Amino acid sequence: MDFLSKNLPYLLAGISVGGQYALIAIGYTMVYGILRLINFAHGDIFTVAGLILIYATTILPLYISIPLTLVATVALGYIVERAAYKPLRNAPRMSVMISAIGVSYLLQNLALYITGGLAQTYPAIPFISNTISVGPATTKVVTVITPILTIILVIALMQLIGHTKIGMAMRAVANDFETSRLMGIKVDTVISMTFIIGSFLAAVGSILYFANYPSVIPTSGAMPGLKAFVAAVFGGIGSIPGAVIGAFIIGISENIIKGLGWTTFSDAFTFALLIIVLLVKPTGLFGEKATDKV
Amino acid sequence: MLKVENLKVNYGGIEAVKGISFEVPEKSIVTLIGANGAGKSTTLRSIVSLVKPTSGTITFMGENITGKDTNEIVGKGITLVPEGRKIFPDLTVLENLKIGAYRRKDDLTDDINWVYDLFPRLKERYWQPGGTLSGGEQQMLAVGRALMSRPKLIMMDEPSLGLAPLIVQDIFSIIREINRQGVTILLIEQNANMALRTADIGYVMETGRITMTGSGRQLLEDEQVRSAYLGK
Repeated sequence: MDFLSKNLPYLLAGISVGGQYALIAIGYTMVYGILRLINFAHGDIFTVAGLILIYATTILPLYISIPLTLVATVALGYIVERAAYKPLRNAPRMSVMISAIGVSYLLQNLALYITGGLAQTYPAIPFISNTISVGPATTKVVTVITPILTIILVIALMQLIGHTKIGMAMRAVANDFETSRLMGIKVDTVISMTFIIGSFLAAVGSILYFANYPSVIPTSGAMPGLKAFVAAVFGGIGSIPGAVIGAFIIGISENIIKGLGWTTFSDAFTFALLIIVLLVKPTGLFGEKATDKV
Repeated sequence: MLKVENLKVNYGGIEAVKGISFEVPEKSIVTLIGANGAGKSTTLRSIVSLVKPTSGTITFMGENITGKDTNEIVGKGITLVPEGRKIFPDLTVLENLKIGAYRRKDDLTDDINWVYDLFPRLKERYWQPGGTLSGGEQQMLAVGRALMSRPKLIMMDEPSLGLAPLIVQDIFSIIREINRQGVTILLIEQNANMALRTADIGYVMETGRITMTGSGRQLLEDEQVRSAYLGK
């Protein structure tokens, strides 16, 4: 009991952070599933979502700013794909990856230019920033809401992919572009849809994540972005349930490690995990088999 | 129905199709035979715009469709059963059929039953991922999937490739059956014997050119065709 009451706050924080990583990781894994591209700009889209909310709230009330942030982030994800990846559809994969790195730096530097390099104060969001007590632990409402919202969104997404026409098209496109075209599927539209979903979830994740922090700087998204990427690889890149489970495992482990007093090592743990996964089981927990089609 | 004139296509840096012309009359079975690398696949792929022709015109039901979007061409009623079947391995058999009708918005029940009648095996296995089917079943699924778009013209790229002789017989009898039901068929084959027996009109393709034309029967009896493609 004593152990639980001591560690409950860490466990709660871990589940919550895990949910936030999951929302970002889905964007990585879905884009990889369809384009075989690691979208390095995804973490920066997450940061930009944070900044959009900050700037929006300076002139607009929160109930408009939040939907506006979601819409603007989705638009950004869509534009990035159309401008930086679509023209390279027939180029070697490496070119697209380099383009993604370029977009990442572009967004970071744009954020640096606009913020002037100063930390921008994240607005307090009423209700979710409030504190509540869960058993012996005291925490923010957002900590409790995050995993619930994450799971609801993941279930909705799985339904979309498993049981709708566009979802079926997404799975078909992930299998084979050319044959999908033969079916009359507009492959570019399906790819855009993937970026739209990924950016939307990243925007939701960004609100939940930054609600825990006082401010956002242009590189604020780098760390959660990287960890979400590790989560996606750990779960098996291309697999949505894999990314979600990987994200929760990483979030919880990091915070348990903090609870044990080894805070300094919590980040190291995640990246050590990445190395171990790549060495021992590169396809991750639920990844597709590494056999390439001939 | 389909008219190809002076079609030239570059593929992989070489001129794979060097100005060919042929016609597919409505409700017929037409075959292009020829050796590997003769440009048969490239011809079919350029008709549905998976590769863009460098010159020439493709007319379908009186309309010039050269270089239009694949999506649009499929919408006009042409479908291609690609070489190697290319079913979607992660989609179930039923989903593979449904995705064949992706552009349609009406009820699919009748069409699914029609395909199940043609290929009872697909009905038994409707819930299985496409990738778990045998080669012959995958070919049936690929044909069934193509039928789901209610095409006016089905083009088939080597439907007999890699299949056991008995299965090949099955596939060809299905091709005739589909044709009897009013679908026009353009077939390319290395199995010249089967193809010419099935087809109303045959064209022989050699290194990007059409070198011979005739009814299926005429070509079957032609000395040159017999020695070059029928091994007799």
